[in-house]
Amino acid sequence: MTDMWRAIPQRGRVVLVVLLALLLVAPSVLDRYFMSVLILIFYFAFVGQAWNIMMGYAGQLSLGHALYAGLGGYVAALLWVYFGVGPWMGVFAGVAVAATFGAAIGWLGFRFGIEGVYFALLTIAFAEFTRIAFDNMAFTGGPAGLFLPYEEQRAGEWWNLRGGPLLFYYLGLILAVGGSLLTAWLARSRLGYQWLAVREDQEAALSLGVGAFRVKMIAVLISASMTAIAGVFLTFYNNSLFPSQAFEIGRSIEIILAPIIGGLGTIFGPIVGAFILTPLGEALIALTAKFGLDLPGTKAVFYGLTLMIIISMRPAGVWPWLRRLLGFEENGK
Amino acid sequence: MNLWIVLNVVIQGVLTGLMYGLMALGLSVIFGVVRVVNFAHGEFAVVAMYATYLMFVGLGLDPLISLLPIAIAFFAVGYILQVTLVNRFVGRSEHEQFILLVGLAMIIVNGLLMIFGPDARPTNLPYSLDSFEIGPLFIDTARVYAAVAALVVSAALFAFFRYSATGTAIRACADNLVGAGVVGLNVKRLYAVTFGIGLACVGAAGSLLVTIADASPSLAQSFTLLAFTIVIIGGLGSMTGALVGGVLIGVSEAMASFFFAPSMKSMFSFALLVAVLVLRPQGLMGRRA
Amino acid sequence: MKQKTPSGRVNRRIFTAGLGAGLVAGTAPFNILRAQSAALKIAVILPRSGYLAPAGQSCHRGALIAPKVLSDYGYKVELVHIDCESNADVSRTQAERAINEGAQAIVGAFDSASTLAIAQVCEQRKIPLVVNIGASPQLTEQGYKYLVRNFPTGVMLVTNGLKLIKEELAATKLDAKTAVFLHANDNFGTAQRAAMDKLFPTAGLPFQLLESIAYDPKAQDLSVEITKVRALNPDLLLVVTRAADAIKMVRDMVRQRFEPKAIISPGSPGLYDEEFYQALGPLSDYAMYNIPWANPKSQMTQALEAAFKPANPNFRFPVECFNVGFTFEALLVAAAAFKKAGTTDGTELMKAVRATDIAEHVMIGPAIKFDDKGQNVGIPSAAVQNVKRTPTVTLPADVATEAPVLPMPGWQKRT
Repeated sequence: MTDMWRAIPQRGRVVLVVLLALLLVAPSVLDRYFMSVLILIFYFAFVGQAWNIMMGYAGQLSLGHALYAGLGGYVAALLWVYFGVGPWMGVFAGVAVAATFGAAIGWLGFRFGIEGVYFALLTIAFAEFTRIAFDNMAFTGGPAGLFLPYEEQRAGEWWNLRGGPLLFYYLGLILAVGGSLLTAWLARSRLGYQWLAVREDQEAALSLGVGAFRVKMIAVLISASMTAIAGVFLTFYNNSLFPSQAFEIGRSIEIILAPIIGGLGTIFGPIVGAFILTPLGEALIALTAKFGLDLPGTKAVFYGLTLMIIISMRPAGVWPWLRRLLGFEENGK
Repeated sequence: MNLWIVLNVVIQGVLTGLMYGLMALGLSVIFGVVRVVNFAHGEFAVVAMYATYLMFVGLGLDPLISLLPIAIAFFAVGYILQVTLVNRFVGRSEHEQFILLVGLAMIIVNGLLMIFGPDARPTNLPYSLDSFEIGPLFIDTARVYAAVAALVVSAALFAFFRYSATGTAIRACADNLVGAGVVGLNVKRLYAVTFGIGLACVGAAGSLLVTIADASPSLAQSFTLLAFTIVIIGGLGSMTGALVGGVLIGVSEAMASFFFAPSMKSMFSFALLVAVLVLRPQGLMGRRA
Repeated sequence: MKQKTPSGRVNRRIFTAGLGAGLVAGTAPFNILRAQSAALKIAVILPRSGYLAPAGQSCHRGALIAPKVLSDYGYKVELVHIDCESNADVSRTQAERAINEGAQAIVGAFDSASTLAIAQVCEQRKIPLVVNIGASPQLTEQGYKYLVRNFPTGVMLVTNGLKLIKEELAATKLDAKTAVFLHANDNFGTAQRAAMDKLFPTAGLPFQLLESIAYDPKAQDLSVEITKVRALNPDLLLVVTRAADAIKMVRDMVRQRFEPKAIISPGSPGLYDEEFYQALGPLSDYAMYNIPWANPKSQMTQALEAAFKPANPNFRFPVECFNVGFTFEALLVAAAAFKKAGTTDGTELMKAVRATDIAEHVMIGPAIKFDDKGQNVGIPSAAVQNVKRTPTVTLPADVATEAPVLPMPGWQKRT
């Protein structure tokens, strides 16, 4: 842990500490709207790190990540609604189920040499298949959804994730920071270097004795587990789940935007990405309303345009460029 | 179970599948040669549907006729798009291409929403409600015409790739990019032509699709997924594969819908996709890379 | 006007509000008058883009004309329109933002996921949420105190719908022995299906339900489903669809020469969307749907229609009155509660909302009232039939403008 800290240049350390301090005290000055936006940012940063591990480090393109978030959410929610099992326990079950699916996808993909776009389509197929399955299952509520009841007498039960924005804010912050620390630690570990080796040239890595299958599988399992945790978080925040929203490809796309735009294969990429994209969406809504560009769809057009511009100009993501600009070399790479 | 009814279902599935196959053909060409993951594929199909609708409502043109100018227009769009934008992304990682095209897809879908509003636009052809009655079978007239048109366009494409100089050059690029450059082919220009042809296919397919669906922004994503599913099942880089894949999906979804629950029919296609990826990743008719 | 202040937070808004409040307090005797002549600020959150755009935009048209009509009835509202993009995350942040910017009530959101996300915010910030449209029964079963729904649940829709089918068959003296239930496998459709499965056996209907078929609402093609139905050859086709599917359904029925004696929806959209009429012309006639509808004989409805016409030359009120009517009524509920409570304080306002009793309103049925779960259980359905491409109320007789006509003439015989 300390050599991670030491790897960050002096300026970087200062900025990091200041930023964290600001985020810690922010709720005392920010209103609920900004907190709700930050909660979303933390969610996307955390889930973006999860995807970053699989894609940025291990090089496996998953376009069906919503599968894990949805599974995590549903399992924890079902345990809560039907058995009263709290989310701190339920999350383990959710992680287990998501990891199993991840293992299945990973096994199919790596055992049979499915790569690149093909692997991506495999992940899409699994997500869509699950979506339709949940749409047709009565005990999960089907398309009508699974609702977590609102019980006022439970309002203070933070261990059951019943609470207001403050609870979810700090939990989200912890998840985002924790996820990033985990990614940083993994990146500098032997496993991290093995991932890079496999990502860059699997043949060469194999010839050096790197267990490519094992290494990639671990990436998928970690990624799926983290995403499942994020799914539980969001489910208990919104208190509802619908298959058409939980598993759909739109959700999967949302998950990957932040890490790619922010910078794949870096620690701060997903965080920077989340801090750019979520406020961008909100700002565009406010701006289009302000300028009377009230036609529905306007905001999305600008959003899409921004994505295209960013990826054209900064294909490696905003963070690598930003850190060079700010003079942070080797910052948390 | 009445066999005639099953046959009816199969025939309709084949006809629908041919149209989907044409759309997938465009993707196969683009992905097979230019190696770009066109995640805005369905969106282009929907634009073509709206264009066809406009030409029908404004100029009274039947889709089978407006197919030609639309395909040509889309060729031009594809060519320009490739040269200006996509070319920079050729050879880049898939996720970068993906973001570029997802952004483009977002712009297209929401642009359509802004222009046309969310309500679907039907193309009410005079023969939309007709069907050929062959014994106990009822075959939709519009579907037959569209399927035949799809076959004609595909045949033209096959001929182009097989017999023309440009077509052969493009196939050379697909087979061996370096070699193609070595023998002096203008790869950049060929990429642009290919992308243009790919979009022209989508344009033509979109024109034909108005016979079975009404133009609406919300169709785009399903079309994209459908195109990718068909291309993978049929086999990347194989044009017959795209058509065969289309027909296979069309028929299997119809059968799954008929024998099991219609609401689960897409599950079958995805299961098939997974099976193909695992057991025969080059697709039914593709060549092993 | 009292400002909503999140407890313990310091920001510029509160500071100036504090100053303002000081000024207002200084003019205390005028406060009550002020509250009563001030307008209630309502945020209307609807999915105007994304998958649910068609319905969201239709509701929006209702919201746009509401303030003028409400003011003619003595209610002052100020509306803020927000597009939630059919996305629950956006709904949540936008609800927070709207309340920050002074919204004292929220109306929305059509899509259950968005409605629930907003409900979290409203419950925590004590802002009344009046649901204009949303059939998931669970919405009013979760225990939210700041949520009311002026819309029937799926169960209510089917119960009333089935009852009406009986009346329709009796009124038209139609001899129907068999039926098939065809429904979209979405939120709405499955809610209906569940209600149908439970209620049909005891509904005492004279026909036999041969089969219930669920189809994928994203399907491009319903020909196989219609082939299945054709194979069963029922007298009646009961449907729960959206517009696009309804069109495909009828087209495939025509092409496959399948002519049931009646197409009846026990409660769903689709058969009265403008695109349904545009796409099918005379083939759209005679379809019946049993849903809550605007009361053509109510003065308020007529006022609403009068306001709708000039504002929307490209849309027909008889076609839009479902979405427009319910959205208007939700705003009416909020506005009336404000008038009754005389204050914008959330808790008081909500009390007034729950005590709503509005005799004259837009949709058919008795006065708008909510039970202790916040559900309006008194909303009846009407039998509406397509007559010359226009939705026409045919039952109950006291609000009908024409009598129902069944069986449907054959497809080829339509003009």
